Amino acid sequence: MTDLSMSQATGQNRTGKIILRWVLYLALGLFALFYLMPLFVMITTSLKSLDEIRTGDLIALPRDVTFDAWRTAWSGACTGIQCEGVRPYFWNSILIAIPAVAISTLLGAMNGYVVAQWRFRGANIIFSLMLFGCFIPFQVVLLPMARTLGIIGIAGTIPGLIFVHVIYGLGFTTLFFRNYYVSIPSELTKAAKVDGAGFFRIFWSIFLPLSLPIIVVTVIWQFTQIWNDFLFGVSFSQAGTQPVTVALNNIVNSTTGVKEYNVDMAAAIIAALPTLFVYVVAGKYFIRGLTAGSVKG
Amino acid sequence: MTKWLEENTPKLVLAPSFIAVLIFVYGFIAWTAWVSFTRSRLLPRYDIEGFIQYERLFASPRWDTALNNLFVFGFLFIVIAMVLGLVLAILLDQNIRTEGALRTIYLYPMALSMIVTGTAWKWILNPGLGIQAMVRGWGFEDFTFDWLVNPDMAIYTIVIAAIWQSSGFVMALFLAGLRSVDGEIIKAAQVDGIPTWRIYTAIIIPSMAPIFLSAFIVLSHLAIKSFDLVIALTGGGPGYATDLPATYMYAMAFSRGDIGQAASSAMIMMMVVFAIVVPYLYSELRTKDD
Repeated sequence: MTDLSMSQATGQNRTGKIILRWVLYLALGLFALFYLMPLFVMITTSLKSLDEIRTGDLIALPRDVTFDAWRTAWSGACTGIQCEGVRPYFWNSILIAIPAVAISTLLGAMNGYVVAQWRFRGANIIFSLMLFGCFIPFQVVLLPMARTLGIIGIAGTIPGLIFVHVIYGLGFTTLFFRNYYVSIPSELTKAAKVDGAGFFRIFWSIFLPLSLPIIVVTVIWQFTQIWNDFLFGVSFSQAGTQPVTVALNNIVNSTTGVKEYNVDMAAAIIAALPTLFVYVVAGKYFIRGLTAGSVKG
Repeated sequence: MTKWLEENTPKLVLAPSFIAVLIFVYGFIAWTAWVSFTRSRLLPRYDIEGFIQYERLFASPRWDTALNNLFVFGFLFIVIAMVLGLVLAILLDQNIRTEGALRTIYLYPMALSMIVTGTAWKWILNPGLGIQAMVRGWGFEDFTFDWLVNPDMAIYTIVIAAIWQSSGFVMALFLAGLRSVDGEIIKAAQVDGIPTWRIYTAIIIPSMAPIFLSAFIVLSHLAIKSFDLVIALTGGGPGYATDLPATYMYAMAFSRGDIGQAASSAMIMMMVVFAIVVPYLYSELRTKDD
């Protein structure tokens, strides 16, 4: 903690300090408004009727609160020719995210455990190669992946999207667990081996019980990435298997009928709710994943 | 047999993931690289024809726009997000009582999908009913803020939305950095009567050089990969005024049916990323092994 502003307060410049504090809080408050404004506008717009939106002010509170737009967004808004709202696509995103998060986290844990605790010749090179995979712009794999999914026969399906998310999530999940397990002394593994415990036994009864924090970080990171993904979703899905981000974009950019801004906003909030919820409930772990994922890899 | 199995379990566990990465990352990059040297159009062809796709790419005005946009967008986004993030971190570092709540507010956009961010800003910035209409409604009839539909200015709306989304994250990085500076040195400087701003510019900020580098890497990476935000906010338009390499690649691959152009533009994107990331990763991995 660098407490600079309070430390030199002497009688003479006391008032100056107080004014400075006020300016400081004012600036912080204005920044907070900047970050909150879009969310505020989204929420209020989603609660207005279209008439009120056309005649009223962008930042005005709704005069008559109505949840019609929410109902339409959830189960009636049109994505192209279909008009089922975001509900089926929200469900798709859940069906994609849960297995993809579970599989990539499990594989990442095993991989990290190997790379950190069972070093063999070449393990470091393998880890580096996997790490580089995190950084490629995914555009460079889109074309061959589209063909491969077609050859395997899972193009445009939910299992196809799960597969893609697992493959390209592996680098990060391995990195997270590797960095976590590296700090656990290798004597622990050695002692367990002397006692006759095998590879899986040691993982199961020593490492896994210690792993709760990093599992939480990894699950949150993967869930946020996969839920918010758009590139894979739009490239590898077809009508009916699209994730919620793709459906949202289709609703907003659908050109048929009257532009219903309140429905757009309600749909956007619905699409954002799961990750916002995770952020509010487990913000600490969310930030840890962000910094670990970006600073170190 | 069991002995062999026992000894090689770690390798066997790692093998599937490693093979998957070899095929789906490196093999696929090789495929894309190969195809970028062919005459592929709607279908891939595999006879090497040299740099023809790259020549077409750099002769294309649309790619020219996309690359220019990347530099304008990338530069403004990185510089402004870094400055804003640093300012926020320093302000928050002054023993603010509501720090936790403010941090949460500054950072929450990072949890949102770029599609959500784009949708929100598209609504706020639309001239018909958004900020422009609002300010005109207050009586300023001549007020104009039509960047979203103005081909010369539309790229800056993407800068605004991207900064809104990512600057809180830069703040979090810098705040962690400020907190890790040695308190003793700062106290000593205070005892010597060095003014606060000098302590920041001469001691604290220089000691955070690695964090500036990390933030730069992350932000430039985000900038090059920007795709969803453009799609949701402007759709690459008006015309193709806000195309970026990522949207160009996507358009070629999936709506124009021009695989050769898609592959060569993807390769250029990868080279830009690697030019920035590889030296950084290399130095990171080396220092960790020591």
